[in-house]
Amino acid sequence: MLNVLQRIGQKGLQFFQRVGRGHLFFFQLINSIPSVIPRPALLIQQLFSVGVLSFLIILVSGLFVGMVLGLQGYNTLVDFGAEQSLGIVVALSLVRELGPVVSALLFAGRAGSALTAEIGLMKSTEQLSGMEMMAVDPMKRVIAPRFLAGFISMPILAAIFSAMGVIGGYFVGVGLLGVDEGAYWSQMQAKVDFMEDVMNGVIKSIVFGIVVSWIALYEGYDAIPTSEGVGRATTRTVVHSALAVLGLDFVLTALMFN
Amino acid sequence: MHNSKTVEITVGIFIVIGAAALFMLAMQVSNLSNATGGDGYSVTARFENIGGLKVRSPVSVAGVRVGRVANIGFDNTTYEAVVTMEISGQYNTLPTDTSASIFTAGLLGEQYVSLEPGGEEKFLVEGGDLRLTQSAIVLEQVIGQFLYSQAEGDGK
Repeated sequence: MLNVLQRIGQKGLQFFQRVGRGHLFFFQLINSIPSVIPRPALLIQQLFSVGVLSFLIILVSGLFVGMVLGLQGYNTLVDFGAEQSLGIVVALSLVRELGPVVSALLFAGRAGSALTAEIGLMKSTEQLSGMEMMAVDPMKRVIAPRFLAGFISMPILAAIFSAMGVIGGYFVGVGLLGVDEGAYWSQMQAKVDFMEDVMNGVIKSIVFGIVVSWIALYEGYDAIPTSEGVGRATTRTVVHSALAVLGLDFVLTALMFN
Repeated sequence: MHNSKTVEITVGIFIVIGAAALFMLAMQVSNLSNATGGDGYSVTARFENIGGLKVRSPVSVAGVRVGRVANIGFDNTTYEAVVTMEISGQYNTLPTDTSASIFTAGLLGEQYVSLEPGGEEKFLVEGGDLRLTQSAIVLEQVIGQFLYSQAEGDGK
């Protein structure tokens, strides 16, 4: 009985310690961001590996999500004789929800896991302690540029995802199913508001970018320095990022479009 | 690893494509391109019932969209809805006795304000007031009246 209680207490303490370390890590991270500015080459290198390498998967998934939306939306709307509104359905669901959320999930899988594995491996091969020994702060040299790259890439990727989705919906709706081209664009323009819909989507994607990069970098930095520990940290990154993105999406949606 | 020039070029392309995607979302998908700028003028109209009219609903003359509903308020003394409409500056020749009615686009469509120009020679300016208004038709009321008249007809 006491053993059970002890184990519960132990788990609880471990959990809160992790949460606390995570937040301390975040503040340290914010503090070391200014040191990236004099060294833009570090940031560009990371923008390449975080953003550019995620570009293709975002492009292709955006196109296909848009095409599926076009197909499904058309099948539902045609029953009401409202297939002219297909553009609204596709554009609103993309810029408000699917663009930021799906690209954040893909980003966590494509870039987040890579970040965790990279940092975790650096830790387990003692590159990070080596840096510290040479009086190079790994927080400034390694972590901050990666965080900033995630922060910058995520809104760009989400915008590309939404734009590709709208084009995919256009291909299926107008090209394949015969929705009027003028109606597709004009109804969309009449109903989608730039500040209300597009900018709120951008804000969402910025928040997701911060959260996913934070989780990925922290899991790597906090990983147990063995090959098993790094593997587990990578898994946790994907799972925790997905949960955080979906949960935060609900909160943000409730705040923005109540 | 790629050399740093290729890396920089691809990052540049990536950012440019991202900006282009956002630009497309702004211009092609949302209504930023045909938003009424600061050159418009606003007029108000009072309605007994505005039905399902919302802020940002279209305002049209002869079916052509000339502006949008900017604000909907309620007058505590006359119990009327006060609808403020913003009309683009290029449509500045509406007579002062223009009348406003709330119509529905299609059977289930959204509601919009339709303006019917009158015969006055003076034009509406900023802060103008539309006196002649026609309220929204509420479907339930129409059905109620219809049933009532049917019942009356049966009684005879």
